[in-house]
Amino acid sequence: MAFAHPIGGVRPVRSSRRRGYFVPVLLLTPAMLWLTVFFVVPTISLASQSLQTGDIDNGYTLTWNFQTYADALARYWSHFLRSFGYAATATVGTLLLGYPLAWFIAHRSGKYKNALLVLVVAPFFTNFLIRTLAWQIILTDTGPVTGFFRATGLTSVLQAVGLTNNDTLLFSPFAVVSGLVYNFLPFMVLPLYASLERLDTRLLDAAGDLYANGWHTFWRVIWPLSLPGVVSGTLLTFIPAAGDYINSKLLGNTQTVMIGQVIDAQFLRVLDYPTAAALSFILMITIIILVGVYVRIAGTEELV
Amino acid sequence: MTKPTTSSGPLRLVGLTRHFDDFVAVAGIDLEVPAGSFFALLGPSGCGKTTTLRMVAGLEEPTAGRIYLGDEDITATRAYQRRVNTVFQSYALFPHLSVLDNVGFGLRQLKVADWKQRSMEALELVQLADRSRQRPRQLSGGMQQRVALARAIVNRPEVLLLDEPLGALDLKLRREMQIELKRIQQEVGITFIHVTHDQEEAMTMADTVAVMNAGHLEQVGEPAALYDRPATAYVASFLGQSNLLPLEGFSDPGGEFVTAHAHGNGLVVERAQLPKGMPLDGGFAEGAPSVHLGIRPEKLRILSPDEAPSANRLGGTVTDASFTGVATTYLVAMPWGQELTVTRPNDGSLRARPGDAVVLGWDPHQSFVVSEAL
Ligand SMILES: Nc1ncnc2c1ncn2[C@@H]1O[C@H](COP(=O)(O)OP(=O)(O)OP(=O)(O)O)[C@@H](O)[C@H]1O
Ligand SMILES: [Mg+2]
Repeated sequence: MAFAHPIGGVRPVRSSRRRGYFVPVLLLTPAMLWLTVFFVVPTISLASQSLQTGDIDNGYTLTWNFQTYADALARYWSHFLRSFGYAATATVGTLLLGYPLAWFIAHRSGKYKNALLVLVVAPFFTNFLIRTLAWQIILTDTGPVTGFFRATGLTSVLQAVGLTNNDTLLFSPFAVVSGLVYNFLPFMVLPLYASLERLDTRLLDAAGDLYANGWHTFWRVIWPLSLPGVVSGTLLTFIPAAGDYINSKLLGNTQTVMIGQVIDAQFLRVLDYPTAAALSFILMITIIILVGVYVRIAGTEELV
Repeated sequence: MTKPTTSSGPLRLVGLTRHFDDFVAVAGIDLEVPAGSFFALLGPSGCGKTTTLRMVAGLEEPTAGRIYLGDEDITATRAYQRRVNTVFQSYALFPHLSVLDNVGFGLRQLKVADWKQRSMEALELVQLADRSRQRPRQLSGGMQQRVALARAIVNRPEVLLLDEPLGALDLKLRREMQIELKRIQQEVGITFIHVTHDQEEAMTMADTVAVMNAGHLEQVGEPAALYDRPATAYVASFLGQSNLLPLEGFSDPGGEFVTAHAHGNGLVVERAQLPKGMPLDGGFAEGAPSVHLGIRPEKLRILSPDEAPSANRLGGTVTDASFTGVATTYLVAMPWGQELTVTRPNDGSLRARPGDAVVLGWDPHQSFVVSEAL
């Protein structure tokens, strides 16, 4: 552009150009340095670790040993599947619970809006571990929740769909998914709230005026306009939930081990660093692919 | 369509009322709008026009009163069940849908198979067919307004509510759309209820005009009737300019005319124009509502000395003369201090200059009487 109008004075264009680059670069530098030190370097070292052979006592050497990946996948593919299954279920759960909640806070809470938003993030004031341990008490066999599920016959329903093994709730897939839903609910509610709050309620009048009942108004107006919030909320929930190892450890059993738990064990107890690194890498790549496909399907770039 | 598109009958509002907490936005409106008529609702900002339309559309629940469409009481039905469409004051176009999908929204809800074709026709009507694939926010305010218009009209409802649908358009486009709207209305026979601030727009387009003020209807009638025979001083001043002479009483010489007394002048007034129960025996009682004689500026003439004597004569002094091209507007000060506005066409008749002493006259059929506490 600067050369399109040579007579128009190159000087001012140049100087504004220089200023146009200098400030953003300056502002980006800290973030770039941060990312380099804490993301790029560890990722490269993780990649290299996963291709090394050796053991903890005699040290490791880089041998480009891709066999580690094949072995890791062969041994732990079911854990991967389970992790993504639990994470997806938990994401759907947080969406189903979070959407009405976010709508209520955004459009129906009146003067209590801020108080409710604080309540949504209130669990963060407590440690993640403590919060999850609390669910052991909530779901305990003699507790009211289990009692309610038994009384209403919901325990047999859960058992039938394979979320529990008997008529108890704790140490089951159900407990793990419940823990995930609970722990990641704020990550779903906040982005949903942000996009629902922006929604112009006059559009709902317009939809009603144009013969859309409540259900159609939701599907044709509210839902599409809230998709940016839905996409960020589900990503913020699914990604950490897929790699989570606390919930499966504290609320699950030996049949509910998630991949995060495996990686944790490989790194810290088995001390098989290459396998742990390879598993981490597979998890990362899989998530990137899933997210890429998901975002492509949701078509967020077309949204408002 | 799922229901017939022909108008099923008049729209009737009975005691329609809406409160917002303590505030009375609409204070008991009784109104009948004949099927297929073009009805204009005119009033100042905040007088409750939008609130009234929203109640008719089913978007606002009346605090009291009923709404009938034909024989059917639709007060309790939901917005989506009413064959009524609205052009919203704020457009309320769906930002995530293309212009075409916006226009087709209602038809698709009604499961109309050829919604696409009909929507394109509606877009052609508002001259936006070439923008059908764009998003609303890519259009100018006036274009968005026309999309909103197309989106409502395309459904061929029984009643179309237009909340200042031409407000964002420039004068030329506004005139074009006024003619277009009128044409559409006559073609399809939909009842139009058109809300506007613009009295000229209301009078040129509508069969019937209702003037609204502070939540109630001041007067309903044909445009000419409202202009020539306003029932209240409010209507008189809202629809154009008028000179209001305070009256002190009437006396009755018998016949078609009575005599009104204003500052020592006897003015001739048509008997038929007097409000009911007006005393004709001299002065008004203490504390009675004030009575005014109204004369439109263009109905006042400046009498030349050789002219036949007029029934009504008022002498005064010209204080200002402003030339506006087709006409000249004079301010004429009366001996009691009031300034009357006189508009004379520039047709070569007598011209006056500031400082001139003039005599004003008018035809007694052209004045009107309003009575109320001002
Ligand atoms: N949802 C609401 N809550 C409280 N007051 C309201 C509400 N909607 C309208 N009002 C009040 O009712 C009155 C009438 O409003 P309305 O929108 O009907 O006016 P309008 O005649 O359409 O004015 P305008 O010409 O400016 O559009 C206003 O004083 C407004 O403040
Ligand atoms: Mg309004």
